[in-house]
Amino acid sequence: MSDLRLMKGNEALAEAAIRAGCKGYFGYPITPQSEILEYLALEGRSRGMVVLQAESEVAAINMVYGGSGAGARVMTSSSSPGISLMQEGLSYIACAELPCLVVNVNRGGPGLGTIQPSQGDYFQSVKGGGHGDYRLLVLAPSSVQEMADFVFDAFDLADKYRTPVLMLADGALGQMMEKVAFREYNPADHVVAKPWATTGKPGTRERNIITSLHIEPEKMEQINLHLQEKYRLIAENETRCEHFHTEDAEYLIVAYGLAARIAKGAVEMARAAGIKAGLLRPVTLFPYPTAAIRRLADMVRGVLVVEMNAGQMVEDVRLAVEGRVQVRFYGRMGGVIPAPDEVLGALEEMVKEHAAQHEEVY
Amino acid sequence: MERQMVRPDPSGLPSVYERPGTLTDTPFHYCPGCGHGVVHRVLMEVVDELGIQEETVGVAPVGCSVFAYNYLDIDMQEAAHGRASAVATAVKRMLPGKYVFSYQGDGDLAAIGTAETIHTANRGENILVLFINNAIYGMTGGQMAPTTLLGMKTTTSPAGRTVETAGFPLKITEMLAMLPGVYYVSRNSVHTPGAVRHLKKAILKSFQYQKENRGTCFIEVVSNCPSGWKMTPLEANKWMEEHMFPLYPPGEIKVPK
Ligand SMILES: Cc1ncc(C[n+]2csc(CCOP(=O)(O)OP(=O)(O)O)c2C)c(N)n1
Ligand code: SF4
Repeated sequence: MSDLRLMKGNEALAEAAIRAGCKGYFGYPITPQSEILEYLALEGRSRGMVVLQAESEVAAINMVYGGSGAGARVMTSSSSPGISLMQEGLSYIACAELPCLVVNVNRGGPGLGTIQPSQGDYFQSVKGGGHGDYRLLVLAPSSVQEMADFVFDAFDLADKYRTPVLMLADGALGQMMEKVAFREYNPADHVVAKPWATTGKPGTRERNIITSLHIEPEKMEQINLHLQEKYRLIAENETRCEHFHTEDAEYLIVAYGLAARIAKGAVEMARAAGIKAGLLRPVTLFPYPTAAIRRLADMVRGVLVVEMNAGQMVEDVRLAVEGRVQVRFYGRMGGVIPAPDEVLGALEEMVKEHAAQHEEVY
Repeated sequence: MERQMVRPDPSGLPSVYERPGTLTDTPFHYCPGCGHGVVHRVLMEVVDELGIQEETVGVAPVGCSVFAYNYLDIDMQEAAHGRASAVATAVKRMLPGKYVFSYQGDGDLAAIGTAETIHTANRGENILVLFINNAIYGMTGGQMAPTTLLGMKTTTSPAGRTVETAGFPLKITEMLAMLPGVYYVSRNSVHTPGAVRHLKKAILKSFQYQKENRGTCFIEVVSNCPSGWKMTPLEANKWMEEHMFPLYPPGEIKVPK
């Protein structure tokens, strides 16, 4: 860890991409993430990166396909409407097993919506988004430091599993300034052989073909089984979450990204008020920390899920909890950021309700 | 693979015409009389003659030629419908020393992928775009294309294309020739030996220009689709000359000064 800098989340992410050895960036401007393209246009180009402003997000994601297929570390970034446009391409990329980084700096929707921060793209990010049975490996940063750190992790994971990795941030994480330290990272130490890449066929090997087309159903089923096995492996090895005061928690909050930061504040306020609250923050949204949540569900009296949407991740929490305890939801939509005392209010209500039920029973 | 470089000639006579070494020994899935197969062959003849198999990466998107990678013995990427030139752009940017081409149908290049086509050309990407214009959607069973002629019957213009419902046939090649990023534009066909020779020269030139980083080279091949047009191969070629050529006349459209 060296050179501590004060940076916007978007800029930290862009700087990390250069340091991670990203060779190609393809993107189209959209608020609140245009700083990524702008930063790279200035810094990336002069440091040996191809930075191409595409004619659309559709073109951008297909450039990522081509660039990754050619064996290079490549990425794109956008915000919600642009990520919607990329879904067909992402499905192709997942099937053709092309490693790449895609960044979504989530803004409020649906529609053109608002440029304010939101977590409304959770379903789209973790349930497939495009057509067919595929997954993205999804990392959810919750600080400017993680906006940088996860870029290195994302490229390494993408190469390791030959899979697209999505960083799901939000407008606040992209825009806010915090201190950030860039990790020591020499891309040369992280090079993964890509014998499958279309780099030109020498006489010594068969031609390489990047495709997602397998017309015989039996072949296509094999491809699907292979992908599913890969996702199982990813779930086994790469599931990540952060615990905050969960050891002795009686009430558990589950939140990711910016919502988790707010929830941390609420946990501290609750503890000061005598409520034993804890937070579990999923760091990977796919794979999801189902087992960790299930374990905690056996210990606590209730679970509160906090999101900046109408209640999306809460479905995955309910699947993890499997009815062991009550799961409540608190969310704000459309770009409104919940305040810690709102979250505390929701927590206190849950505590009260539990106490009331408790009285009824006895 | 099953590729053979030279077939031994049982008669002992010297072989004067054979499959290019970079074309695999896989039977084409194309319909009898279809132009796709001839274009594949000519393209690989050029790759053979220039000795650039190792230096060439192709991109073929969805369309009848989506399986081009079964025949062309070079590294290939299959692209989403309409996105071949975007994919090819990135391949070339990541591998600037390689020869990169895209091979696209009219639906792909001039309908769903129009934006990518124009912007790739406008950026002057150093690639060759091979555009197979058969005035119809072959792969999906003969629907109207942007290049379908007025009055031409397709499954989605059963009474013939009209201006009122579908506008005019899109002369995208002429449009692209106007862009300063585009260095060379040539319209060809493959229905006579002379036409085939002309196409071969155009492809040769394009690879030469690509080596010199001149900008986008764009070659249209006015082709046929006997199945979609519901004609025999001979009828199709005759119809192509009589009806397609007046609107899409073969020739050099933009040549370097
Ligand atoms: C997004 C998307 N839309 C539609 C299709 C269906 N589709 C496949 S090929 C094709 C048209 C192909 O026509 P053309 O590009 O002219 O090539 P040809 O088959 O005539 O050689 C269409 C509409 C698709 N694969 N993907
Ligand atoms: S459908 Fe038409 S374009 Fe496709 S292979 Fe047959 S003849 Fe050729």
